[in-house]
Amino acid sequence: MTVPLTDDDPLAAELAELAVPAPAGFDDSVFARWVEADGPLGALYVAFTDVGISYVCPTSWLGDDRDRFVEYFRTRFGRPLRPADRAPSGLAAALRSGRGTGLRYDLRTVGAFDRAVLAKTLEIPPGEIRPYAWIAREIGHPAAVRAAGSALGRNPVPILIPCHRVVRSDGMPGNYGFGPQLKVDLLRFEQVDLDESRALGRRGVRYVASDTTGIYCYPSCTSARRITAGHRVEVADAAAAAAAGYRPCRHCRPAAGVA
Amino acid sequence: MTADLAFRLGEDLEAAFPDVVAGYGQAVFTTALRMAGRAEDAADLAAETFLRAYVALRSYPPARRAELQLRPWLLTIVLNLVRNEARAASRRPAQVAFDAWTCPNGRDGAPETPEDSAQRHDGQARLGALLTRLPDGQRTAVVLRHVVGLPYAEVATVMGCPEGTAKSHVARGLQRLRASIPEEAP
Repeated sequence: MTVPLTDDDPLAAELAELAVPAPAGFDDSVFARWVEADGPLGALYVAFTDVGISYVCPTSWLGDDRDRFVEYFRTRFGRPLRPADRAPSGLAAALRSGRGTGLRYDLRTVGAFDRAVLAKTLEIPPGEIRPYAWIAREIGHPAAVRAAGSALGRNPVPILIPCHRVVRSDGMPGNYGFGPQLKVDLLRFEQVDLDESRALGRRGVRYVASDTTGIYCYPSCTSARRITAGHRVEVADAAAAAAAGYRPCRHCRPAAGVA
Repeated sequence: MTADLAFRLGEDLEAAFPDVVAGYGQAVFTTALRMAGRAEDAADLAAETFLRAYVALRSYPPARRAELQLRPWLLTIVLNLVRNEARAASRRPAQVAFDAWTCPNGRDGAPETPEDSAQRHDGQARLGALLTRLPDGQRTAVVLRHVVGLPYAEVATVMGCPEGTAKSHVARGLQRLRASIPEEAP
């Protein structure tokens, strides 16, 4: 038996037809793109892939230096980055409304725990705040309060995933990736009453209840803000609420899962 | 193209990298597809290949980038990823490959009207499926030589073997392929 001259083989011609161009949009699965967008308190650099938004940063945090931003992104994500012709759909509306729930995110470089923290954080509506302990409890790791805080500190898409709405249990704003002052400014912009939150914290009050509905809430919950002054009752903690016969609000889920 | 593009990579990685993806996207995707067998996996593996390449290129000094043999280098990366993926998949519960030959008309199920075009796609899907059943070395050699169209010297570089070995892998692979193709009625 002789070894065939493979290059003249008709089979070789058929095999050559099995070459396939990379699928349409292949470029977008390799390159990320970026735009500058108007954030609540100034311009933002926003980077995104074909999967979703992967990075957000106030331009001022990087000295309004595009080259520095582009270089930082490439190093941090190991992905080439090019300017985009237009912003991802829904971005401007999400930034205006403070609701990032309708957008797609690319969190492939984020670990499972961090992703659970971020997904939960995304649920907090503008104008409201929740403590770190709430996040930890809601994702089923009630003891991982500090870990939840660290995960929020690593949030690659701040503002859109509103980690600034997660604060300390004593009502103090706590830390922020871009400095605590920006967190305070963002919350004030969203009309969160930080002075009230501090004052309640100082008095050891976590929740407020309505003595007409028998429901207790986080003080910033929309339902809590509708309670009229005469019916508003301050509650120290879940035990006190239970003792007074109040049930937790279904929207803000205070002390969810806590006996 | 290779030498010039490598030189430009040395000069300015970011400016030249899009040309790397444009220039070798087909070779990398084809290799991933014909080695892994499934289009969705192939697209992911091909994208991952260019991302690995990008990170590596950023870590290389310009002189090293300028001297790279880009095509064999990229194909070595994609073959490694395919192998790792296959190893990981073998540890997962068995999965039936829902391959092109089970639904040759694509996912939307819209039948292709010109009959001969459908037949041609059928034939390609079948040949592609037969390829994935070749032993590893033969399959790699046949894909690189005849599907991607590399010269033997480059096949040998990618496979890390002498050129003669690459040639005999290709020859045996073709023999085996031919033996496995059922005789078609005219």
